[in-house]
Amino acid sequence: MDDVTFLQGLWFVLISVLWLGYFVLEGFDFGVGMLLRLVGRDDRERRAVIHTIGPVWDGNEVWLLVAGGATFAAFPQWYATLFSGFYLALFLILAALIVRGVAFEFWGKRPDRRWRGRWEWAMIISSGLAALLWGVGWANIVNGVPIGADGEFTGTLFTLLNPYAILGGLATLTIFFAHGANFLALRTKDEVEERSRALAKRSMPIAAAIGTAFLAWTLVNQSDAGGIEVVSAILAVAATAALWAAVLLTRRGVAGWAFGATTGGIVLLFTSLFADLFPNAMVSSTSSAFDLTLNAASSSDYTLTVMTVVAALLVPVVLLYQAWTYWVFRHRIGADDFDEQPTPMDVIEQKLGAGEKA
Amino acid sequence: MSSLELARWQFGITTVYHFLFVPVTIGLAALTAYFQTRWYRTGDDHWRRATRFWGKLMLISFALGVVTGIVQEFQFGMNWSNYSRFVGDIFGAPLAMEGLAAFFVESTFLGLWLFGWGRLSPKLHLATIWLVAGSTALSAFFILAANSWMQHPVGYEMVDGRPELTSIWAVLGNNTALYAFAHTILAALITASMIVIAISAWHLLRGTQTEVFTRSIRVALPVLAVSALVTVIVGHFNGVLMSEQQPMKMAAADAVFETKEGAGLSLFATGDFKSNPEGLNRNVEIPNLLSFISTGYPQGEIQGINNLNAEYQQKYGPGEYAPVVAIAYWSWRAMLGIGFLAAVLGFAGWWLVRKGKLVASTRYLKLMVLAGVLPFVANTAGWIFTEMGRQPWVVFGMLKTNEAGSPAVSTAEVLITLVGFTLLYGVLAVIAGRIFLEKARKGPDSDDDTEKEAGEPDFGLAY
Repeated sequence: MDDVTFLQGLWFVLISVLWLGYFVLEGFDFGVGMLLRLVGRDDRERRAVIHTIGPVWDGNEVWLLVAGGATFAAFPQWYATLFSGFYLALFLILAALIVRGVAFEFWGKRPDRRWRGRWEWAMIISSGLAALLWGVGWANIVNGVPIGADGEFTGTLFTLLNPYAILGGLATLTIFFAHGANFLALRTKDEVEERSRALAKRSMPIAAAIGTAFLAWTLVNQSDAGGIEVVSAILAVAATAALWAAVLLTRRGVAGWAFGATTGGIVLLFTSLFADLFPNAMVSSTSSAFDLTLNAASSSDYTLTVMTVVAALLVPVVLLYQAWTYWVFRHRIGADDFDEQPTPMDVIEQKLGAGEKA
Repeated sequence: MSSLELARWQFGITTVYHFLFVPVTIGLAALTAYFQTRWYRTGDDHWRRATRFWGKLMLISFALGVVTGIVQEFQFGMNWSNYSRFVGDIFGAPLAMEGLAAFFVESTFLGLWLFGWGRLSPKLHLATIWLVAGSTALSAFFILAANSWMQHPVGYEMVDGRPELTSIWAVLGNNTALYAFAHTILAALITASMIVIAISAWHLLRGTQTEVFTRSIRVALPVLAVSALVTVIVGHFNGVLMSEQQPMKMAAADAVFETKEGAGLSLFATGDFKSNPEGLNRNVEIPNLLSFISTGYPQGEIQGINNLNAEYQQKYGPGEYAPVVAIAYWSWRAMLGIGFLAAVLGFAGWWLVRKGKLVASTRYLKLMVLAGVLPFVANTAGWIFTEMGRQPWVVFGMLKTNEAGSPAVSTAEVLITLVGFTLLYGVLAVIAGRIFLEKARKGPDSDDDTEKEAGEPDFGLAY
């Protein structure tokens, strides 16, 4: 196949950026989900934890939807091969995201403990499962999966559950966990904040170690496949540095810097993987002749041009208003913000004064 | 069942389910924004309570719509990879635009609306709900542009047997899409207003929170009457356009097997709905109406299924080109029948409001509580008609459904996800339905009744 065109390269970068945005933002959402019962010991504390991401998690998830839609628009062959190939894994991710989304919404709808306990476990398990599976999925994309001459995946779910990919999954699981703890340390107060700091301190070395091992294995795979890719390797080293910097920063208790470091670690780790993948969309472990290149996967120049104009107009605006949302909700939240108010709507009542009685 | 049939069931179940919530969200977001505007302008506390109450119900619907929408975005690639490969140059663009232009706005500003009470200025806070309402409608436009391209492909050229986009404006300005958009937004307003009416009527019959619900129903009734009436008019032009672009769908909708002029509209028919004209016994028919609906002239020609089949076999090769006639026939009737009924009910209620007799008309109010299920039946029937009426094509005249599946996915895998999604959606339907009814029955809350909630019984599907 010919070389990647400028527009194809641009769209690979854009789709990568969408994934990076998704992993950085939903990464701490997953972490917060997993940490819910560890840092929140009663209903009010747990409500505070949920409120740290309440206004933003849905917007964060749109990064994934747009990454999917953009892949369909710019590289339909990639979308088709990947989504039909990673079929059951994707089903599990979708099921987890569905359960997680309704768990946030339904948790506060009834005051009884059994109801809430169930949704808490739903949040913890679905957050953890999704965090794990995204790492498994991306490790497989980069490392290669069985793809035949017709461009179709020929493996099963168990093909995807190989040791390297599982290590990748554990890396995202632990990194998102620590990332979420850093986020909570920034956004909460009192006991919840203290527990978040303590958990960030304890989990960060594990996350850094697994992340380092995963990146090292990635480089070994590269050298086995015909030589280390320089850009990817430099990014991998930088990612490792960021993760270990986060270990030091959590130990010092500077939550803002620590959160910055895990953010950097996630961005660099995935950028290293994307650099490894380029100029392919999918790598075939059956034969490198069956690799799906970006060029072969791509839409026409016209479609890419249209999408480029749309993205150039809209992405800056999206970034502005999403950033503004984080500014609006920058205040720390604690259990004392929720005295006997079971739903966010009731907080509103409190702020606006007493309403008329029924 | 083959993996293709299972995949079709999966698409049908997940899409119909998703679309139970979409019109509720679009319509209720607009009505909530309207209520909040009234509150903003008057400072009247009843409008605030109305805003919060209907907004809360909108949120339940929104949540379900969002989580099931993720499946919609991904299942083209999962179950329909050949379809995705074939249409990707065109179909993906509106999907990506929907995400960039609409999903980001609706999710971000809903978060701001929900958590921003008292934190944002009243004016800014009002703006957030209008942005939510506007972007939910905008998302409908993009997805309908994508769907309309499957009904009536435009703005493309065939390159090596595969369509490539030549004009995005043709795709976004497709007349099929514009009519479908108008029709869908109107249907959303009908749906939401009928829900507001049903719940308000239920409370008015019990005399609870009369002021809030009287106001709500007085807003919703004219919305229902006008949007149902406009839907009937738009629907007429929709029908004319469909006769032109997809004559087979129209023929199947009316079970017209042989081409004829001055065709009557069948209201009720029995028979086997198979491709033989004698097999159908028409009981009730309005003379010339079908020709008028489809062509605009009482004597207009309606092409029959058998004639079209022969024509398509010449054009596209041997095969069966008619959809399942009985399904097209009945789903079309369910949709239209409910549409007309909604208009009648809306005007009747509006008239009662004008006469000042609404609250006293218990029979009308009881009827409207029951009528709350009708829009869901009509919306579902409408999509079943649109999608199943296009069969055997997935992209009309271009790609057949049986060529569109995923070769990499086994029958067992489709079965697993079909069962998985159906079970998950079923459980969610029960839980969300109960929560929705719980909140609907409870009515607008005030500051001090939150503690009472703990002692309330768990009542389930009370009505």
